[in-house]
Amino acid sequence: MSAIAIDVAVKFVLAVIVVFAVLNLAGIQTWMERKQSAVMQDRIGANRATFALPWWWAAPINVLLRKLGGLGLLHPLADVIKLLTKEDFSPASGNRTLHTLAPWISVFFALIVFAAIPFGDRIELFGRTIELQVAHLNAALLYILALASIGIYGVIIAGMASGTNLSVIGGLRAASQMLAYEIALGVSLVGVVIWYGTLDLQEMIRRQGELWWGWMPAWGVFVQPVGCLVFITAALAETKRIPFDLPEGEPEIIGYFVEYSGMKFGLFFLTDFVETTLVAALTTVLFFGGWQIPWLPPDAFAQPIMAVLGVVAFTLKVSFFLWLFMTIRWTLPRFRYDQLMRLGWKGLFPVSLANVGITSLMRILVH
Amino acid sequence: MSSLSEELLHRIRQAHTRRKLTWWERIYLPAIAQGLWVTSSHFWRNLGLHLAHRLGLFRHRPASVTIQYPEQQRDTSPRLRTRHRLTRREDGTPRCVGCMLCETVCPAKCIYITPGEHPDPNIEKFAKSFDLDLGKCVYCGYCVEVCPEDAIRMDTQRHDISAFSRDGMWLDIVELLYPGTRRHTDPPKKFIQLELDEFRQLKSTLPTNQPTVPS
Repeated sequence: MSAIAIDVAVKFVLAVIVVFAVLNLAGIQTWMERKQSAVMQDRIGANRATFALPWWWAAPINVLLRKLGGLGLLHPLADVIKLLTKEDFSPASGNRTLHTLAPWISVFFALIVFAAIPFGDRIELFGRTIELQVAHLNAALLYILALASIGIYGVIIAGMASGTNLSVIGGLRAASQMLAYEIALGVSLVGVVIWYGTLDLQEMIRRQGELWWGWMPAWGVFVQPVGCLVFITAALAETKRIPFDLPEGEPEIIGYFVEYSGMKFGLFFLTDFVETTLVAALTTVLFFGGWQIPWLPPDAFAQPIMAVLGVVAFTLKVSFFLWLFMTIRWTLPRFRYDQLMRLGWKGLFPVSLANVGITSLMRILVH
Repeated sequence: MSSLSEELLHRIRQAHTRRKLTWWERIYLPAIAQGLWVTSSHFWRNLGLHLAHRLGLFRHRPASVTIQYPEQQRDTSPRLRTRHRLTRREDGTPRCVGCMLCETVCPAKCIYITPGEHPDPNIEKFAKSFDLDLGKCVYCGYCVEVCPEDAIRMDTQRHDISAFSRDGMWLDIVELLYPGTRRHTDPPKKFIQLELDEFRQLKSTLPTNQPTVPS
């Protein structure tokens, strides 16, 4: 087998792992959404969906299924069955092709971004170096920003192709919100790029492994606290979830997917969860040291174990941010439209610009 | 007059002007932090309690306020007006003397009584049939208040009343005497015209053994 074929196989395996992890995280997030909100509000939450297999030898499996149902873990399954068996409706006044295409655009560009997320250190296996990142790009940050912003098209097309005035307005509202926050998002990351002097995410994470004064990890959040805050806020707005869920607002302010039902609607929902995971992963990579374990020197263990520990650390950090975003989502009320625009254009944008200026000055002074 | 309205207008204007937010309040972050503190403290406390309950610890401290409805039911006050029942004499016959007061007072006109002659000269009459249409009942409790014999009460603590048909909402005299004995698939015995002896034997023919309701 040629070297190229092996390279392709390795990349394929990495891609499968990433997609598997991300889609499962989305499923787990629907469970988290129900259970975390319930526990937070002194409730119990979903615990009824369960089923039993009819065969006698399935008795131990049935016990397990009952336990899982009691924890609410079978609800995502019930959701999927329900969404897949619902009528696939598309309005007569709309464009059927675009109507079907829109959710796929949304979910595709949300998933493809994960190709550039590094989830572990490079490992040496059988004499070849494997970066634990599907696509090792030297301009990964640009790639992420570019593709994440294309996701807006899915939203706009969904609004336009539905052929309803309400959904068009919802789509435009979504577009204006995402444009407003896309700019603050991009500018807030310029500070990080200036400080680390690279667009390569692996390189950025390696720089974050250093220690200042021998004890403080050089994480992005300590270098760029304002940038981190602006990034998280703007990125949460990009995920279109509460408190920034003006584009959607399923029950009351009608959004761009009024005319969607069944799995097409499910795909939009999946996009939300995938984007939340993406924001958590990006926050981890850019500001919280990625797969670095603080105060653990890279040569403490043998290399492959280090890499595995790094992947575990990355997963834990991402899980923490998923928890935090879920807490924010269930704590804050929705912004009004004018408040949203004021926060985006008059709040986050100037702050992020000032952050860029101050970071540049600091950079010149420090070096 | 004009000065009064001037003052009133001033006060209204004052009430409508909002207090200017301080800088600390306007950056919004402290408020967010406070909110997150409240919700996440609930989250971690309840999560810890849930896990402790799994291990059998801290059972007396509830982790949630949820009542798992069909299995658990909320305790109701004994004064709560719940589904009706007819009280019985010691021989099992209804205490009802067929005076028609409840049927007359009922604002929803949901009670239907057929009185019959009672052999005991001290007792006026008895109810050969006593039907109550819960689909019409407004739970006002007038029937209980008006009854001179304490023959009808609303204290069964049953309030999960649902049915697949209008007939399912119909309570015949047997169901009223022995609440909860009719299966929901059985049709109600409307206007059944029971005799006194039949009441006395009714209890042995019922499907479940209900404890005797004190008369």
